[in-house]
Amino acid sequence: MNADERAPAQDQAGRGAEPVDHAGRADAWRPRLRRGIMLRWDAVRESDILLMPERVVMLNPQAGQILRLCDGERTAAEIAGVLAERFPGAPVGTEVPAFLERVRDQGWLG
Amino acid sequence: MIRPPWALLAELTHACPLHCPYCSNPLRLVRKPAELGTADWTRVLDEAGELGVVQAHLSGGEPLLRPDLAEIVAAADGSGIYTQLVTSGVGLTAARLDELATAGLRSVQLSVQDATAASSDRIAGRVAFDGKRRAAETVRASGLPFGLNVVLHRLNLDRLDEIIRLAVDWGADRVELANTQFHGWALRNLGALMPTRDQLDAARATVLAWQERLGGGAPELIWVLPDWADGVAKPCMGGWGSTSITVAPDGTALPCPSASVIDGLDAPNVRDHPLRRIWEESAAFARYRGTDWMPEPCRSCPAKEADFGGCRCQAFALTGDAARTDPACRLSPDHHLVQAERPAGPLVYRKP
Repeated sequence: MNADERAPAQDQAGRGAEPVDHAGRADAWRPRLRRGIMLRWDAVRESDILLMPERVVMLNPQAGQILRLCDGERTAAEIAGVLAERFPGAPVGTEVPAFLERVRDQGWLG
Repeated sequence: MIRPPWALLAELTHACPLHCPYCSNPLRLVRKPAELGTADWTRVLDEAGELGVVQAHLSGGEPLLRPDLAEIVAAADGSGIYTQLVTSGVGLTAARLDELATAGLRSVQLSVQDATAASSDRIAGRVAFDGKRRAAETVRASGLPFGLNVVLHRLNLDRLDEIIRLAVDWGADRVELANTQFHGWALRNLGALMPTRDQLDAARATVLAWQERLGGGAPELIWVLPDWADGVAKPCMGGWGSTSITVAPDGTALPCPSASVIDGLDAPNVRDHPLRRIWEESAAFARYRGTDWMPEPCRSCPAKEADFGGCRCQAFALTGDAARTDPACRLSPDHHLVQAERPAGPLVYRKP
């Protein structure tokens, strides 16, 4: 068994990820956490965490905010839009889609 | 300050339909009448969530033998704890899995003993392989994350390629290729189970070839190191009293599932104390926590924060002193104890 607080980058990448059609379908992507992956607030460690089999990932506050918006209803662009309203001036337009793709490449978003 | 545990291994019962000769349960099994009840487990899981536990492995024995398993799952889920069922698959019908998933079960890990029915059943000590295949189909159909666990040893390592093929065919997301850890029942079966160097070398090559072929796609292959053969101490439990707490069927709380073998540990029981007190204040959990307890060569070793001196239970089983460096480590003065290749011996099945 392995509960750790290492960064997501150390986890194996690419599992279960579907190819992204950058030209078209990616715009319609409505990300949501894959089955069996749980996002919750950990009151003891005061951090958002992702839970999955044999693995715990501690999220920084920004990552937690973004993933909480991944409800399968909003598109990636709409998620960036919500965050742009919350944080005027932050470079969400480029950073949010890049983050979502990285999380998808980990196999955690579908 | 003592950091809170991440995980709870809940050994709900030691009863099991299988008789695997490397069972991780202790030689002295807890009998049914001594098991914790539903209310006990509900309280323990509630306390675990408060303490900081975020994952529970619902294990055994065979946890499906507990008729109150769904209630236990619901109690964990209610405390925000992510649950994984660790099962032989015997008795895992679609209806039962549906009941558990509805209660909040998040993932399933299924054991399989070998790639063929004849050999798998021989190792398990009963006919179970076809039931496991059906259980795998049931888990796949449920959509829950699906892990396979295969304990590797002399009797199945030569079929590792077929074992990985089976994991692919059964649709596993993740496969633990767990080289036998030689404690308890496995230590009793050392002669029958200890692999040869050639077997391990070939197995490593097989895993690498499959990892290349799978190219990062499922299943993810996890190779659990054969610590005796590699001469490297495993970072047992991520350190004693550091990340995980085990609760045995009778409520004994342990820093590691094998730790009941250590003489004089005086392990506390969840019937007598709240989990927080056990974690933060008990002498048993403090005993090998951190690095202050370490003897040489661990004390001055740069790896001491990485392997935590290895496995305390193994040190005890082989040297009689749990505070010695794990003999699996090539730097241990006791390393000769694990180096010899063993002549094949008879299988002693776990009873009952």
